[in-house]
Parts: sequence; C-alpha cells; structure tokens
Amino acid sequence: MYNKTIAELSAGLKAGEFSSVELTQTYLDRIKTLNEQLNCFITVTPEIALEQAKEADAQRASGHAGLLNGIPLSQKDIFCTKGVKTSCGSKMLEPFISPYDATTITKFNDSGAVMLGKTNMDEFAMGSSNETSWYGPVKNPWNLDAVPGGSSGGSAAAVAARLTPAATGTDTGGSIRQPASFCGITGLKPTYGRVSRYGMIAFASSLDQAGPMTRTAEDAALMLNVMAGFDQRDSTSIDRAVPDYSTDLNDSLDGLKIGLPKEFFAEGLDDEVAKVIESAVKEYEKMGAVIKEISLPTSHLAVPTYYIIAPSECSSNLSRMDGVRYGYRCDDPKDLNDLYIRSRGEGFGTEVKRRILVGTYALSEGFYDAYYVKAQKTRRLISNDFNRAFEQVDVIMGPAAPSTAFNIGELTDDPITMYLSDIYTIAVNLAGLPGMSIPAGFANNMPVGLQLIGKHFAESKLLNAAHQFQKQTDWHLKTPDLFK
Amino acid sequence: MSKLDKSDVEKIAFLARLGVDKQDIPEYVTNLSNILDMVEQLDSVDTEGVKPMAHPLDAVQRLRADEVTEVNDRENLQAHAPETADGLYLVPKVID
Repeated sequence: MYNKTIAELSAGLKAGEFSSVELTQTYLDRIKTLNEQLNCFITVTPEIALEQAKEADAQRASGHAGLLNGIPLSQKDIFCTKGVKTSCGSKMLEPFISPYDATTITKFNDSGAVMLGKTNMDEFAMGSSNETSWYGPVKNPWNLDAVPGGSSGGSAAAVAARLTPAATGTDTGGSIRQPASFCGITGLKPTYGRVSRYGMIAFASSLDQAGPMTRTAEDAALMLNVMAGFDQRDSTSIDRAVPDYSTDLNDSLDGLKIGLPKEFFAEGLDDEVAKVIESAVKEYEKMGAVIKEISLPTSHLAVPTYYIIAPSECSSNLSRMDGVRYGYRCDDPKDLNDLYIRSRGEGFGTEVKRRILVGTYALSEGFYDAYYVKAQKTRRLISNDFNRAFEQVDVIMGPAAPSTAFNIGELTDDPITMYLSDIYTIAVNLAGLPGMSIPAGFANNMPVGLQLIGKHFAESKLLNAAHQFQKQTDWHLKTPDLFK
Repeated sequence: MSKLDKSDVEKIAFLARLGVDKQDIPEYVTNLSNILDMVEQLDSVDTEGVKPMAHPLDAVQRLRADEVTEVNDRENLQAHAPETADGLYLVPKVID
C-alpha cells in the first residue's frame, strides 16, 4: 500500500479496497519502525491522524468525500497547526503549541486529508542540507551518510522513503526543489502569491512560497488543487482564479519550446549531473519539444542578490522572536535588554544568527541604500532576463542543483559553498516564477532532479511537461533499497 | 564597504539584540566578511534608472474596508506567553 501514489490511494479508498484508518495505520507503523534511521519527523501525531482518518471514512460513507479524503500527508514544521507543536526546526519555538492553523493546514483539513506529523527542516528554513535543525540532521534515504537537502529535507526524505504519500514544503531560494532533487522526488514551488503564506512562519516574505512534495506530477496537481487560492489574510496573496491543475496533464508536448540557459550548464556543474540533464532534455525532444539555447545574463547576480534580500527580510521577521509573547525565554533576565539578548542568543542556532547579523548590517543606517535597495534593483534585472527569455520559449529547463547530495558535515564549515548549492533555484524565487524539480536519473548512484521553470501562473504547463516525462520514464518510481 | 572587524560584529549583534558567544566572534567576523565580499559583486552592476523590486509581481498593498473582522483572542494567544498577568505580557522592570 505504501508504494502507491495519492491518485492510486484515492482510487483505492473510493473503491472500498481499504479504509483511511487502515491506510493511516500502515504509514504510522512505517514511521514508527523506519523514522529513527532518517529523523524525518519532529513530531508524529498518531492520535490526530487516526481521528482524522476515522472522520474521513465517515464522510466518505455519507457521500461527502473532499478532494483528498482520507489521504495521509505530512506537514513541514513551518506551518502553524493548532494544538500541535510548531517548532520551525528551532529551539526558539520548542515550547510553541500553535493557537491557530495556517491557511494551508485549514485547506487540507477541509479537503479530508489526514496529518501524520510535522517534518524536520533547517532552522527557520535557513539551510540547504537540513543540518541546521535543532532537532538533528535528516538522513538521505538513498545514502544515510548524505544530506537530504534543505530546507524541506524532512518532507523530501519522508516521501522518498515512503513514510508518507506526500508532504508540504516551502521554498525561499530552492527549499522544495533542491531536496526534491537530492531525494529523487517531485517538488513544485508555485508562483509567488499563489499559495497563502498565512500561518507559514515567515523567513523572507517577498520570496517564501509553499508547495507540494510528492512522488509524481499527477499528485502535485492534486495537492496544488487544494493549496492554491487567494487569502485575505496574506497581504501579498494574488486574487486570481485557480484552474484545475489536473486538466492539462495529458496535453501533447508537440511543439513545446524549451529554453536551456547556457549559464546553467557552465562551470560549477557536476559532469555526471550534466549528462543526466542532457539525456532528460533528449527525452523531451522525442516527445516533439523544440530545444533552444537561451541566455540569462544576470544569473551570476542571483546568489549575491538573494544573500542581501533574504537575510534582511529574515532579520526583520525574526525580531518578533523576543522571548516576550511566545517561544523560548532565558532564565532570570536581569533587565529588558538582557531578556532579548539572551533569549535570542540561546534560542537561535549559528546559521540563523549569521543571517540575522548580515541582514541587520544591510538594513542599518548608512548601508540600506548600498545593500538592500541595490539588491532590489539587481533583482529586477534578474526578473527582466526571465521575461525576455519567455518571449522566446514556453518552459526553461536545467539542473535543479549543481551536484547530487553531499555528505553530512561536508559543507557545514563553508557557508558560501553551501549557499551555491541553490545557484540554479534562487533566481526563480527572486523573479517569483513557478519552478519544479522532477527525478531525471542518477549520478554517482544518487538521484538527480531536472528543473522546470515557467511563466508566472504557468503551473499547469509545468505539471503537464512533468507528467508527460513521467509517462515516458520511470525515475520517479525508483525506491531506495533500504525502504522497499 | 570594507570588511568587518570584531567590534563591528559586536555592534551589529547588539543592534539585533542577539547574544553571540565571545569565542564564536572570530568565526562570525570571517563568515560575515566573506558574505559581504560575495555580495560586493553587485557594486559593479549598472542599476541607473532601475526601479527597486519589492514584490515579484509588482503588486501593491491591498486595502480593505475599515471593519472589525477578527475577534479578540487574547486569552488563547497569551496562553503561549512565557509570563503574563491581568492580560499583560510581563518583562523585567524597565522604569524604577
């Protein structure tokens, strides 16, 4: 049962082959026996899961099955879940039991989905390896010495190891697509503003976006059908009709214009990864797509631009973690400054501190124009590059990451090299575009993800292109040996 | 924009009200200087006349009618605070 996709499980539930309670118990049992090796979950919620599963079965029996009725899912621990610990991977929020649900959680609850638990992540989503989590690193199911990627590493590893049929992730600079690539699963970061950010603990508000992490593109469409939509409670949410993302999955790709940015295949890309991406592109040619080399001349500015904008916004967002209203407070503060300084000093880990310091500096008096405003300008140049490219092509493709998963501990002392593992994904966030990573093969025995980038709100086109690839290939069906 | 030294890091940490262990400061000095070196690449980019981009779709802040839409949820929200009394958040004494 645990090898089935959401689409297959929904069919099974509908046909009465098994109940949601049986299905949920299967996954809870797998989590119980296998999670210890991987550390995918910060919190497992068996009581809630079984209660929701029972309710889902009752709703189906009464003819009121929602879109994801009875389907077990796992939620990244960045989403506020009422009555359940919501830690965001940090010691700072270790004591935080959320008093409300994020909009995404409410939507999944209304669809009849079942929550298995909250997945591990880099602290406050700041990291590319899941090693910054206060709850310990997550292991990659394909090689337990390797990282799963980050920041949505717990979600990616849990889907890859079949501990959950699907999970949510969030992506500020690649945090859905890079772990999807490292773990051999399908991950979609929607257009900025497509999915509500309400109750999703903010890292960099002008970049953050939630999306599905699944086995298949077909499942990603089913998840996005529930997640997408305008939310009054998110001030940057876009009020625009939500299509049925499953409708176009089977469209022909004949004549689809695919752009390959030459900058994505330059120095820094692992040779074996490049070979996998090239053969994936050939697969698209076989399906009738037209391949065109394009240029994104400001690509090299994406990482430096991001490492001003993201830390600046994080330093502002995280100022609310002050030890006064919720979360961690130090013992015996002697005055108000001592309370702030020690609560934050003891509650945050090294990478979060590093980014708060960079952001505070960039936003401080005398530097704001030179750093933050400058980066907002280069951000527009990066976005303009994509606009020009999309005058010529329908979809842009390339690697999701420059390498396969690196080993735990390999890059922890080298933040800049770690930052460069998001070199192909960051520009997409800066431009607010939708992006996906889908399994495209293996290099050095580890999964490689093909990245697909679309125009604003072209999620259906990406899902269509991804689904057609998955009909021709079986990379997305591969299961790590240890978790078969 | 020169590299930072120890006292810069201490000053920034205070601005952020962020406790940093003394022994970790040299590492932060190196890391932060490296990050600032990396972002210095932007200095050479001509951005004359380019409008700063705050929202990737250039959307502006939405306004709504000035009506009460949220209920007062103080008790529920304050249940999660480290220390409260009479509906107030408590902190160490600020004024003698």
